[in-house]
Amino acid sequence: MLSDQDRIFTNLYGLHDWGLKGARARGDWDGTAAILARGRDALIEEMKASGMRGRGGAGFPTGVKWSFMPKQSDGRPAYLVVNADESEPGTCKDRDIIRNDPHKLLEGSLIAGFAMGAIAAYIYIRGEFYNEAMRLEAAVKEAYEAGLLGRNAAGSGYDFDIHVHRGAGAYICGEETGLLESLEGKKGMPRLKPPFPAAVGVYGCPTTVNNVETIAAAPAIMRRGAAWFSALGRPRNTGTKVFCICGHVEKPCNVEEEMGIPLRELIERHAGGVRGGWDNLLGIIPGGASVPVIPKSICDTVLMDFDSLQAVKSGLGTAAVIVMDRSTDIIKAIARLSKFYKHESCGQCTPCREGTGWLMRVMNRLVEGRAESEEIDTLEKVTRQIEGHTICALGDAAAWPVQGLIRHFRPLIEERIAAYKRNGAPMSMPMAAE
Amino acid sequence: MADGTGTGAAQPAQFAFDAESEAAIPAILAKYPPGRQASAVLPLLDLAQRQMGRVTGSAWIPVAAMDVVAARLGMAPIRVYEVATFYLMFNKQPVGKFHLQLCTTTPCWLRGSDEVVAACRRLTGIKGWGETSEDGLFTMTEVECLGACVNAPILQVNDDFYEDMDAAATERLLETLRRDEMPPPGSAIGRQGSAPVGGPTTLIEKAGLIEKAGLIEKEGE
Repeated sequence: MLSDQDRIFTNLYGLHDWGLKGARARGDWDGTAAILARGRDALIEEMKASGMRGRGGAGFPTGVKWSFMPKQSDGRPAYLVVNADESEPGTCKDRDIIRNDPHKLLEGSLIAGFAMGAIAAYIYIRGEFYNEAMRLEAAVKEAYEAGLLGRNAAGSGYDFDIHVHRGAGAYICGEETGLLESLEGKKGMPRLKPPFPAAVGVYGCPTTVNNVETIAAAPAIMRRGAAWFSALGRPRNTGTKVFCICGHVEKPCNVEEEMGIPLRELIERHAGGVRGGWDNLLGIIPGGASVPVIPKSICDTVLMDFDSLQAVKSGLGTAAVIVMDRSTDIIKAIARLSKFYKHESCGQCTPCREGTGWLMRVMNRLVEGRAESEEIDTLEKVTRQIEGHTICALGDAAAWPVQGLIRHFRPLIEERIAAYKRNGAPMSMPMAAE
Repeated sequence: MADGTGTGAAQPAQFAFDAESEAAIPAILAKYPPGRQASAVLPLLDLAQRQMGRVTGSAWIPVAAMDVVAARLGMAPIRVYEVATFYLMFNKQPVGKFHLQLCTTTPCWLRGSDEVVAACRRLTGIKGWGETSEDGLFTMTEVECLGACVNAPILQVNDDFYEDMDAAATERLLETLRRDEMPPPGSAIGRQGSAPVGGPTTLIEKAGLIEKAGLIEKEGE
């Protein structure tokens, strides 16, 4: 188990002062100028050496991402954009960082922004987090007043601004290029890549988009060193992670733990165990709604990190652990996610726009059992026609939960269909576009 | 957009930012580089909606307000309409004084959001999503994941999250709202943020040490 002294987010639960005074007592903004004095390249190398992989879901190596930013400006300014559009079902970690430890995010933004040569950071926070945005604005104001932001930020000789930008309710704006479109004042429709944001991002300028947790961990990594961070977890899956444990556990909670902690240990140690005991477990969505569900047999032994979960055809995603006990109608649980993706599809790519609605309608019939068992194969094939055929990953995200359900719970679906037939309920003609 | 959004809402002929809203606009525009003022479209629509709520008791955005935002930012009105209709938080028709936004996505559903929805329907008399109660106090909107899942189920009222809800807590909340009082947001069962019921399993050693050393003042002390 991770010891408290290795935890980064020491005010995760808001037990202490969120403001600058409390933040300083927790070690934030301590010697920031000296960190910047190491120079851009040194900071990027430190981040690379730490092994940090982006905490927003995709797990791309953060130091490598930073290194894509131009070393010499061609006259265009560069920007850091912090993705605080936390909307992946099950995920609520960035909210805690913003409301309880906002100065970690601000100091991290300055460090990351300096490392990539950015003149400013925009923190794009989901609109529903109104109170959290007000807290963040207050922290920004404190930081400016203390000379930590603006001209000669933190006495470093570097000028850096941070602006808070509120979204207005659209999951797709958590996709990095959808976010940039939204920040520019448009519908949040993702952009084709290339060009990648590091070449052409917000306002046509070099931009890096990073998740809140990634950026807020940067000061600790710079202060304590890459060796400290990379000694935690497992190779390629280093450091600590804030896990969000929700659903059918005795005590749902957020907790910062070491990467690679066994799923069962995570739940039993921190969330009071599965409701009714471990044997009452049906399945878990281990990384937010977009990753495939895994059945109890896999949950028994799987480790919570990128590579371990990928090896069982799921993913760490945002590390949002959605627990379902044996009372759960898991077909309905996944059907509700299909409704989510149908609602949140931005509509620009046909496979996603049409496909998410199609998935939802078929899934809703499967909840009743009003289907033919051959349709399960058709459904699986349709998910394959959505996956990989869209501009952004929302199409994939819509496909994977359904694929996971079919992979692990096919007998349950077949049983549901058989029960519907046994009950002699009327069969309607299945249609692709009902 | 001549007919609004097809919702049949009666559209006021005019809208203008009032003094309170105007006072907020310069700081918003200053966040974005020169020539990029279109970035302010979300904040200005939000400002218009808040003004409507403050002045009329119903926080929504009439087409006239979208036109004012377009003119202010030098945007074609259609671009503002596109944005206003793309984002869920902009209300294109009037809503009740208390906008009940109920999350029913899987994490909330697993923890009993059906119960919260049923309680809201029973207490407000509202039948369908998006409808407003006869007394004009409440509108019920089904929303997707609000990002507070370890405190599910969540009921958002206007800007505030009410967490760890059940039927009884929903009943108490709505009764309080009827008295025109907004209770403090947060957990209905008195949890500290996202910590597990009964207290955290982590951050015990360090917090203790620092508090003993007198380095941290607890919030509210």
